[in-house]
Amino acid sequence: MQYKGRVWIFGDHVDTDAIIPARFLNVTDKKVFSENCFVDLRPDFHGAVDPGDIIVGGRNFGCGSSREHAPLAIKEAGISVVVAKSFARIFYRNAFNIGLPLLESEEAADVFSEKDRVLVDLGSGEIKDEEDTKRVVAKPIPDFMMEIVQSGGLVTYIKEKGDF
Amino acid sequence: MTNPMTITEKILAAHADRDWVSPGDLIKVQVDLALANDITAPLAIQVFYEIGKEGVFDPEKIVLVADHFVPNKDIPSARQVKLMREFALKQGLRHFLELRDGGIEHVILPEKGMVVPGDLVIGADSHTCTYGALGAFSTGVGSTDLGVIMATGKSWLKVPPTIKLVFEGELMHWVGGKDLILFTIGELGVEGATYKTLEFSGEVIKTLPMDQRLTMANMAVEAGAKNGIIEPDEITEAYIAPRTERKPTILKSDEDASYEKVLHFNVDGLEPQVACPHSPDNVRPISKVDQIPLDQVVIGSCTNGRFTDLEEAAGILKGRSAAKGIQLIVMPGSTLIYKEAIRQGILETLTEAGAIIGPPCCGPCLGGHMGVLAEGERALSTTNRNFIGRMGDPKSEVYLSNPAIAAASAVLGRIGSPEEL
Ligand code: SF4
Repeated sequence: MQYKGRVWIFGDHVDTDAIIPARFLNVTDKKVFSENCFVDLRPDFHGAVDPGDIIVGGRNFGCGSSREHAPLAIKEAGISVVVAKSFARIFYRNAFNIGLPLLESEEAADVFSEKDRVLVDLGSGEIKDEEDTKRVVAKPIPDFMMEIVQSGGLVTYIKEKGDF
Repeated sequence: MTNPMTITEKILAAHADRDWVSPGDLIKVQVDLALANDITAPLAIQVFYEIGKEGVFDPEKIVLVADHFVPNKDIPSARQVKLMREFALKQGLRHFLELRDGGIEHVILPEKGMVVPGDLVIGADSHTCTYGALGAFSTGVGSTDLGVIMATGKSWLKVPPTIKLVFEGELMHWVGGKDLILFTIGELGVEGATYKTLEFSGEVIKTLPMDQRLTMANMAVEAGAKNGIIEPDEITEAYIAPRTERKPTILKSDEDASYEKVLHFNVDGLEPQVACPHSPDNVRPISKVDQIPLDQVVIGSCTNGRFTDLEEAAGILKGRSAAKGIQLIVMPGSTLIYKEAIRQGILETLTEAGAIIGPPCCGPCLGGHMGVLAEGERALSTTNRNFIGRMGDPKSEVYLSNPAIAAASAVLGRIGSPEEL
């Protein structure tokens, strides 16, 4: 699975309140989540994201509450994959469960800059810019998570298999 | 001969139908209790229907609690709760808890005896880790995981490595579970325990009352942990005995169980701790915190909204008054606590001191409603998170402390300790 898009750089400890503040959680409308994704932290985000774009973050991305609204907001905004130095645990499961793939890479945040155009290969974990002057290889995605992503999320996975 | 295991590994093995598990194993587990709230349940219900099952795996083992935006703050919130109520009715769920007999999920599940030692509880709320205080395995997930559990009764987990924390020494006055956990988070950092278990132990924990154990396990997730856990003992058994008929499974870590790390903390001389903006690991002893002026003080939440928390705050506020300009908001953690606090005159003491008593819900903890902060405002709160914008405007500030510090600070109008009164 390959993705192509521009890079959006984020720092360490991006929490779920920053991704989607609690005041927008009184609905289940995904559009409301995407429209308010990073509304306080990066008001320039919504409206400027192109489908396929990639987030590159630092440590502990997605820490805080268990709200699945956070990865949903990011996915609905058009982001194809989030690369970070590390992820908070619940965010990690939630993202794969809803079909938003994540890659862990220590170097990506240091190598790439905002607006770089990159290609991401999920299978090999390779992330490189179009000119192939910058390149990093992320940790491979565990087999089970890869199966979930390939199904498009946990719901379709369960529907296909009937169980785990 | 089986391999030595920690209490967490033993509970996971038992629910995965295996003799033993070790860290890193990916296992499928049978869930004893599944939980969701008015934020996460509506999405989980959607997921449940998408899977295409008619009925839930067991209507006795699913708990839905309306606690975040109740009493409904607006029309969309009302719709979410209505959706939960209808789902609960249609599926014949035994436990759908609204304010009348409810409160905050992590306060009422232990209170009503829904969790016993040895259980495996999964909730669509990050603070589900609270029940580790009862010697259960409990952890937070998102709505999709929960929808799948409602349909199948099962989930997948990776067996976490355990960090054992041994607390020794003697606690000073005004120092308790909240200070121990804030101190621990300060030491470990907000990702110091990511994907891991925190096992709290040592002589200090052995004598710590259940309310304070619940406070500690509650905030394990603030260090990134999957679960926090305390071996069940007489205090645990005395706590659950009057609350349920269910038989607990008392498990303990083997002497030779393997830990990723064992950390010893001597608590002699440990002061009350305060987490400063904007992270729960930005922790300092009270003496090292400046005299920060405040606009609001909040006492409540799934961390410190229990009876003994209100009692402690009332002890300090009795005959005193919150400083001018301070909004002192007290939110009992459950309706039962609310009633008991009325009966014992605690709410009267608090209101005499200028406190506003809120309904037993999450309230200002997540900046949803009731006590939202404006730009530049500053709050001291007994809750668990102080991220940017957590309680309102991104330019507001939140400090975290125990209830005694919060009560004293309300009187002082700035952050301070009961010793100063
Ligand atoms: S009191 Fe706060 S932390 Fe606890 S469940 Fe409610 S919103 Fe979450």
